[in-house]
Order: sequence, then C-alpha cells, then structure tokens
Amino acid sequence: MISIKAVSKWYGEFNVLKECSTAVSKGEVVVVCGPSGSGKSTLIKCVNGLEAFQQGEIFVDGISVGARNTNLSKLRSRVGMVFQHFELFPHLTVIQNLTIAQCKVLGRGSREATEKGQRLLDVVGLAAHAAKFPAQLSGGQQQRVAIARALAMDPIAMLFDEPTSALDPEMIKEVLDVMVKLAQEGMTMMVVTHEMGFAREVAHRVIFMDQGQIVEDRIKADFFKSPGTDRAQQFLSKILSHGVQA
Amino acid sequence: MYQFDWSSIPGALPYLWQGMVRTLQITGVAIVVGILLGTLIAVARLSKSSILSNLAALYVNGFRSIPLVMVLLWFYLLVPQIISGLFGQPGVDIRLLSAFVAFALFEASYYAEIIRAGIQSVSRGQVSAGLALGMTSGQTMRLIILPQAFRRMTPLLLTQAIILFQDTSLVYVIGLAEFFGVAYNTGNRDGTLVELLLFAGAIYFAICFGASMVVRSLQKKLVS
Amino acid sequence: MVTFVAGLDWNIFFQPAFDGSGTYLRFLLVGFQWTLLLSITAWILAFVVGSIVGVLRTFPGKLLPGIGAVYVEVFRNVPLLVQLFIWYFVLPEIIPGLGTWFKQGLNPLLQQFVSGVLCLGFFTAARVAEQVRSGINSLGRGQRGAGLALGLNLLQVYQLILLPVAYRIIIPPLTSEFLNIIKNSAVASTIGLVELSRQSQQLGEFTAHWYESFIAVTLLYGLINVTVMIVSRFIERVTHLPGYVGGRH
Repeated sequence: MISIKAVSKWYGEFNVLKECSTAVSKGEVVVVCGPSGSGKSTLIKCVNGLEAFQQGEIFVDGISVGARNTNLSKLRSRVGMVFQHFELFPHLTVIQNLTIAQCKVLGRGSREATEKGQRLLDVVGLAAHAAKFPAQLSGGQQQRVAIARALAMDPIAMLFDEPTSALDPEMIKEVLDVMVKLAQEGMTMMVVTHEMGFAREVAHRVIFMDQGQIVEDRIKADFFKSPGTDRAQQFLSKILSHGVQA
Repeated sequence: MYQFDWSSIPGALPYLWQGMVRTLQITGVAIVVGILLGTLIAVARLSKSSILSNLAALYVNGFRSIPLVMVLLWFYLLVPQIISGLFGQPGVDIRLLSAFVAFALFEASYYAEIIRAGIQSVSRGQVSAGLALGMTSGQTMRLIILPQAFRRMTPLLLTQAIILFQDTSLVYVIGLAEFFGVAYNTGNRDGTLVELLLFAGAIYFAICFGASMVVRSLQKKLVS
Repeated sequence: MVTFVAGLDWNIFFQPAFDGSGTYLRFLLVGFQWTLLLSITAWILAFVVGSIVGVLRTFPGKLLPGIGAVYVEVFRNVPLLVQLFIWYFVLPEIIPGLGTWFKQGLNPLLQQFVSGVLCLGFFTAARVAEQVRSGINSLGRGQRGAGLALGLNLLQVYQLILLPVAYRIIIPPLTSEFLNIIKNSAVASTIGLVELSRQSQQLGEFTAHWYESFIAVTLLYGLINVTVMIVSRFIERVTHLPGYVGGRH
C-alpha cells in the first residue's frame, strides 16, 4: 500500500532523512519510534506530501507522491492524517469539522456527509457533542474527533503523527482505544508514537529511527524480545522504565 | 474673555448632516473596497510566487510611504484625466469620485497589513490539517484560514475604520465638502469659525470615542 | 508609463520660480526644509509629552493614569485637520494673553509653524504615549518590584530600570510614529505653511506641470522614508541588548 524507497531530505544544509526505505502492506499496522529529532514526524509527513523530499520515491496505492503531475489533493483525500495538536478547525462545530472536507473535496451532499459524520462520532463515542465547538472539548475528545474527521473521507490508509503526545495522561487511553479498534478492523496504519503498549498490542512491525535513518525494521515480537542495535536497546529501556505503558 | 456665539449652528444643521452623510459615504466605500482589495493583497503578499509577493509589497509600501494629502492630490489629478479619456465628459461629481478612489486604494494598503498579520497568526498546523484532508491551498485559505484570521482581526479592522472616518476630513484639500468642510465653510461665512470648529471637534470626539468603546467591549468578548 | 515619464518636461525644475526665490528645484527644496523642520520640532515635543503621559498611565493609583487616559482619548478621537484648525483659528481667539500675542506678535509664517508644531506634537504625543505604555507593560510587574525591593523610589525605578529597556523595545513603533509625523506634516499645507506638499501644489498651479511636480515630491517623501528606516535600523543595532529579542519588525 505504502512504499518508501531511499528517501532523503535536507533542510538547507541539515540532512534530516537519510535514504529511508520501508513499506506498509494493506491491513498492516506499523509503529515508528525513536528519539526526538530522529526524523520520524518528517518521514510520515512525506508520505502524504505535506513535506517535500529531494531524493527517493514514495508510492501510495501505486501513485508516486513526489511525481510532478500527481494530483496531491486527490491523493491526500484518500489518506487520513491525525496530528499531534489535533488541529480541529476552531471556527466550525464538531459535525462541521467532519463534513467540510466531505462536501468540498469529495463533493458529497450535505445530508449524506452529516449522516456519515454522526455515525463516525458514534463510533468514537462522541455522538452527543456534534453541535459543540472544539474549544469546548477536552484534548482526548478533540483527538477522537480528529480521528473521526480523517475517517469520514473513507481513507485507504491512516497516518498518525504522535497522536497522544500532547494529551494529559488520563486521556491517552481513550484515544489509543479508538486506534486499537481501527487496527483490529484491518485499517492500514502508520503510527509515529512513544506508546509502546499500543505497539505491543496491535502493531505488526516496529520501525526504530535515529538521526534520520531507519535503524531497525522488524516484526513486533522480535523487536521487543531483543532489539538488534544498541541504540534501539537504549531507547527502549528508557521508554519502558517510565512505566506509563501497559 | 471671548464671547461665544453659537447661533449659526442650529440653522446649519441640515447642511452639516448632509456633510456627515458624505463623510459616511466615503468611509463606507473605503472600508468595503479596502477590506476586499486588502485581503487580495495580503494573500498575494503571502503567496509562494515571488512576482505576486513583490508586487503586493510594492503596493503596500508605496501607499504607506506618502502622505494621504499627496494621495488625494494625485488621484484628483489622475481620475479626471482617466475618466475623460474613457468616457469624455464626466457626468459625475469628479471630486467625490476621486475621493472614493483615493481612499479605497489608500486604505487597502493599511488593511492589507492588518489582514496579513491576521493570516500569519493562524497556526500553521491548520494549513496542514486542511491540506491533509485533500483541500487545495485555495480552499484551505478560503474555508479555514481567512475565517479565523478575520475573527481575530475584527477589533483592529474596526479601529482602522475609525481612523479612516477621521481622515475623510482631508478631502478639504481637493475642495470637497463633507462634514468638516461644511462646518468650516459655515463658520467662515458667518464669522463664527471658532464655534463651528469646536462643534465639529466635539461631534467627531463623540462619534469616535463611542465607536472605540464599542470596539473595546467587542475585544473583551472575543478574548473570552 | 516609462515613455510618459520620460516625455515630461523635467526642465521645469531649472526654470525660475514665480516668487523670484530661485529655480523651482530650490522652491521644492525650501518646502522640503520646512517639512523636516516641522517634523523634527514636533517630534521632540511629541516624544517628551508622550513619554510623560505614557509613564503616567503606568503609575499606580487611579488619578494619574486617569489623566493620561483622558489625554490620549481626546487627542485620538478628533481628526488631525480639525485639531490643526483649532490650534490655528480657535485657541488664539479664546486664550486671553498668549492668544493676542500669537495673533499680533508673530509673523504669519511663524504663526503657521507654531500651530503646526503644537498640533502635530500633541497629536503624536498621544500615540507615543500608547507605545511607551505598552513597552513598559511588556516588561511585567517583576522588574518594577525588583527595583522597589532594592530601595529605589518609583521615579528612580522608571529612570534606571524600566525606561532604558522599554525605549529599546519600542524603537520600531516609535520610528513608525516619526514617519507618521512626516506624512502628517502635509496637513499643515491647509493653513498655508510652505511645506513640501504645499510647494508641490503651488508649482503645479503656476506652471501646470502637475505630473513633474507630484512625481518629484512623491520621490522626496519616499526618500525621507527610506532614510529614516535606515537610521532607525542603525539605532536598533547600536542599542541592542545581548540575548534580548528586539521588538516586532
């Protein structure tokens, strides 16, 4: 579904991504972890073209992200993204957040879009909040709405950029629960996160990045039993010793 | 002690009111065109095309570096020539038309800066979110960024409108009579210039102070 | 447009002026001089009065900040042109001693100049006051408290601690106020002061070479603008405090 081949990116002189290669198959859940500054957020933003890259290729469902004649809007409407800071639109109600792209990008009628939005709010457990504004919701609620907003576009894959990093600890579980359900239903997911409990539960593979490179790319069981590199070992022990995850 | 003679004011009120209507007309046109044009210029200024961006910067910096008096004089020179070039004899009040054009274009440059700051104050993440849903840059600007920018900028836009309202008195230099012009002419003619000028000052103060209080309470409501 | 500009009669600036004062170029430069003189003098007044009012607005209590607030509201809510006419036409009539001296003791040019300086000065002072107030407020209550805790009295705190930093922060908006004075000086043409915009009008009226006149004057205003911006950036650089991010650009 998603294939990343030898992707390199520079911010001016700074080489932020170094020849990254990996792939995510249909229905697979891949977790990307690593210390800050490792380039993991940048990599995931390259997948839907929010960040440009200078070398390499990325294909999503057979379409090249970097090619000049690719219709990026169309591509992005088929791939959902959830952001660290939720990025709900504050001037629109919750339900309007869910319908605006359905109508303006996919051309759905407003009744159809609203029905779909309501159904998705139900799925994430927020049906009663449809008429509220984002500022009236807690962080965990906002992020669940953000997930629903992305799902409203019927995406073929979902990208998550540190979805729980900006949440208070009590609210992390409610968001992870939604993501777990999504994974169990067979959604193709690429998730940048520190939440190793989530990885252990539903991920198929774990990718470890450090300083712009993909250092490890292994199936979950192997990664947690014995990470191949020292770097990954160090990282894992620091994360797990915090004891926040299950 | 100066003997105040307010007697010529009551009789002049109808004319003063007409002058005020004219003031409001100029203010209104300048606000509407100024905001519309100012938005286009602000968006152009922020665009990736360096041609558009530089043209917009030229426009804004150009109008903001010369006095309003000169802008009025310039358009009072240009507008009649352009009109007579296009339409022959103008049937309209050329001073008023020049004033409309001058103020609209001048205010647009000030509004453009306010709106640009407003657009830039909206978090970049909102742009990413819009694009990630498959919206084009244009849709993102129109549906997501501009609505938020305008909400934040409303107090500043209104404050600029109050300044504009005061600036309309400068059409005096092209011989157009709006509220201030009428007050001055009346006072001059009747020998009661002192009283008329104080009266005009008081009216302006009442209107502008009142309006600025409204803006302040609006600002408080927006913050909450 | 380029051919139009090239086709204008630029020799007009070398013709003798109608008032016998020399060439028209000199005629415009006289206006330029008066614009600068008016602007700089008014700026000095605006800076001093504005600083006092701005500081007053940040004093503790209600009376002094209230006086400052009244000043700012009065001078901000009446148009500049109306204020100018009040200084020039109204005050000399209604103020007993000084007023008569103004009307009879000063020659017309000085009358116009003094009215212009007073009007622009007090008008701009209201805006300077707001900048000074916002500069002082941006430092937070902590600085004031620290100074007082050391035993300094309030005026010393302002003089030694608050103002030196506040003024540095507000150099960009103060520059912009100075540029505003230069632009607003054109309003003095309405009471006959021979500043730059009035000279350009006169030149146009006497020679019908409006375009040449306006273009030259517009360029002169633009030149003043650019020069002031350069000087201001220089001042900012020279007074920069290490580690302190400057005011908004």
